[in-house]
Amino acid sequence: MHSGILYSLGQSLREILTSLIGVPILVDLLMTIICATILLLIMATSALVFTLGERKICAFIQVRIGPNRVGPGGLLQSVADMLKLMDKEDIVPRGIDKWLWVLSPILLLVPSALIYAFFPFDDGVILADVNVGLFLLIAITSQTILPFLMGGYSSNSKYSLIGGMRTVAQMLGYEVPMVFALMGIVMITGSLKMSAIVEAQSDVWFIVLQPLAFLIYIVTALVESNRPPFNIVEGESEIIAGPFTEYTGMRWALFFLAEFSNLMCIGILTTTLFLGGWHGPDFLPGFCWFWIKTLLCVLFYQWVGWTFPRARVDSMLSFGWKVLLPIALINVLLTGVGIYVYNVM
Amino acid sequence: MAQTEKYVLNMGPQHPSTHGVLQVQVELDGENIVGAKPVMGYLHRGIEKLMESRTYVQCVPFTDRLDYVSAMNNNLGFCMAVEKLAGIEVPERAEFIRVICAELNRIASHHVFIGSLTNDLGSATGMIYAFRDREKILDLFNIICGARMTAHYIRIGGVAADAQDEFLRDTQKFIDYVPEMLDEYNKLFSGNEIFQARMKKTSIITKEMALKFGMSGPNIRASGVDYDIRKIDKYGAYGKFDFDVPLGKRGDNWDRYMIRMKEIAESAKIIQQALDNMPEGPYMAKVPKVLRPPKGDAYHRVENTRGELGFYIVSDGSTKPYRVHIRRPSFVNLQALDTMCKGMLLADAVTAFATIDPLMGEVDC
Repeated sequence: MHSGILYSLGQSLREILTSLIGVPILVDLLMTIICATILLLIMATSALVFTLGERKICAFIQVRIGPNRVGPGGLLQSVADMLKLMDKEDIVPRGIDKWLWVLSPILLLVPSALIYAFFPFDDGVILADVNVGLFLLIAITSQTILPFLMGGYSSNSKYSLIGGMRTVAQMLGYEVPMVFALMGIVMITGSLKMSAIVEAQSDVWFIVLQPLAFLIYIVTALVESNRPPFNIVEGESEIIAGPFTEYTGMRWALFFLAEFSNLMCIGILTTTLFLGGWHGPDFLPGFCWFWIKTLLCVLFYQWVGWTFPRARVDSMLSFGWKVLLPIALINVLLTGVGIYVYNVM
Repeated sequence: MAQTEKYVLNMGPQHPSTHGVLQVQVELDGENIVGAKPVMGYLHRGIEKLMESRTYVQCVPFTDRLDYVSAMNNNLGFCMAVEKLAGIEVPERAEFIRVICAELNRIASHHVFIGSLTNDLGSATGMIYAFRDREKILDLFNIICGARMTAHYIRIGGVAADAQDEFLRDTQKFIDYVPEMLDEYNKLFSGNEIFQARMKKTSIITKEMALKFGMSGPNIRASGVDYDIRKIDKYGAYGKFDFDVPLGKRGDNWDRYMIRMKEIAESAKIIQQALDNMPEGPYMAKVPKVLRPPKGDAYHRVENTRGELGFYIVSDGSTKPYRVHIRRPSFVNLQALDTMCKGMLLADAVTAFATIDPLMGEVDC
């Protein structure tokens, strides 16, 4: 049925556990815990790797050298950054809404960690291959509005509040075109199941069948993950850091972690939905292809981010509603016609 | 019932995009700006007063600290005012070296403008590129006088040291690089869709408004007023060079940006001519060790990077100026901020601020 190193590794682990414990439910529970731990580790590692990666890539784009002092070639820079953040004084400003303020960074991390359960890393390697995978994924990612708004509202700072309000406006404006763009994929696949979406791309990747949706997705993904040129929520030259303005130390690091996790998440989603997921020539195992594509996507998003200036909030919103949404709807129509013609022929 | 309220947002004096220590009290209705009130004085050092207790020669370094990203132009303004007062003739070679330095510094200052503008628009990459090229000019200054920013190279009666062959050769190299450099900037930001959308038709200053505010420099030329003191007064050696004064049409942020891009090319043109026709001779006039200008007053204005920089000096016949007044272009230009921001969005306030290009050292003096 399934092939691939990761899948067989998982199977043998399950067999060992079954022979040790014997109770199927306990084995399932244990397997889930192990998988969740691995996913969290991936997330944490990605934050470490991306901190350095982002700085090195941005340095390369900006004709600089980048961090090169800590460890060989600056490799330990992200560790040093981490230690510095942990060492920082935990400043809790006066006049804040304490509960919301404290909960905001923690709650932000939950959805960005949760969606990793729906990513097919290799053939059959997916923690929760639910029937409504894509739908759940979108639903969970849109939850990130709330922590941003909470942080912005509770900080008792005007910069934070403006940032929080911008989050809501931009999420409303860009969630809709994104969902409609992904509709085309669902129509072709006939399923919301993530593994089925990847399976459907074994011959032709969806980037070929859905070029319009791909373009819309790239733009909306940048918006959803708050990457430049659409990082109006942070907008550091206007509103300092938006909702994160009043956070320091580890609380701020949680925002940071979520940001990098989101960056990887849009890389993974682009790979899964448009670039054929783990499919690729046979000389490399599936998960290698998956990571290669994901990292290339991340590189692309960073490249865009470090080249473009930031869009203004009003032009950005009108672009979302007046340009992207109609195109996405047209894409749905074209896809429908295409499927009909294909079936008739 | 829903109720909205205007509120005041205090941008600065500690804010990522205030170019120093300016405070802007922005009155906002949601994200729409109702008014923007610049509050200054955070960098006031009392330079005008300090000059009264220094000899004329000792005053020159103070001018470096006015507009510290185009120090040469400030040196030039003050020195020429004193020369006017004391009746000193400057040798021709010194005049040429002064022009080269002043124009190089104009380019360097425009680099800072481009860099901080792109940074304020959210593209830190633009800043690094502009500052990389500015470094080349600072290196040139390092060769000619050993200082990079606060040069104190132009002295009363001439320049501090002769321009070495090394300096002239490297300047030529830089001038040859300018077209390529501008090309790169145009590719990186001028052609960018987002950049244009944010710059075009925002923060418009009409011709009448610009005149009413008494603006000068690239800011008034962007509104279409042909006002360049290098052309009008032809001070120093400027009468000997052929160059154009680029003008804008609409007076929006885009025009103010493009004017500066064109000015870089024009400055390069002037430097090229100066290099080609560099005369031989002394670089310093015979200036008495103790300078006592005769009783009287003198006003001299130069085209600084930011506009009309004027020095008014009153002498009582002693070794120290009796009174110095400085007409600072940034200070005057900054008045337009409120008009530029009204009806715009919060993000535009930052852009408007960047395109006025004020320098707090000069605003507060």
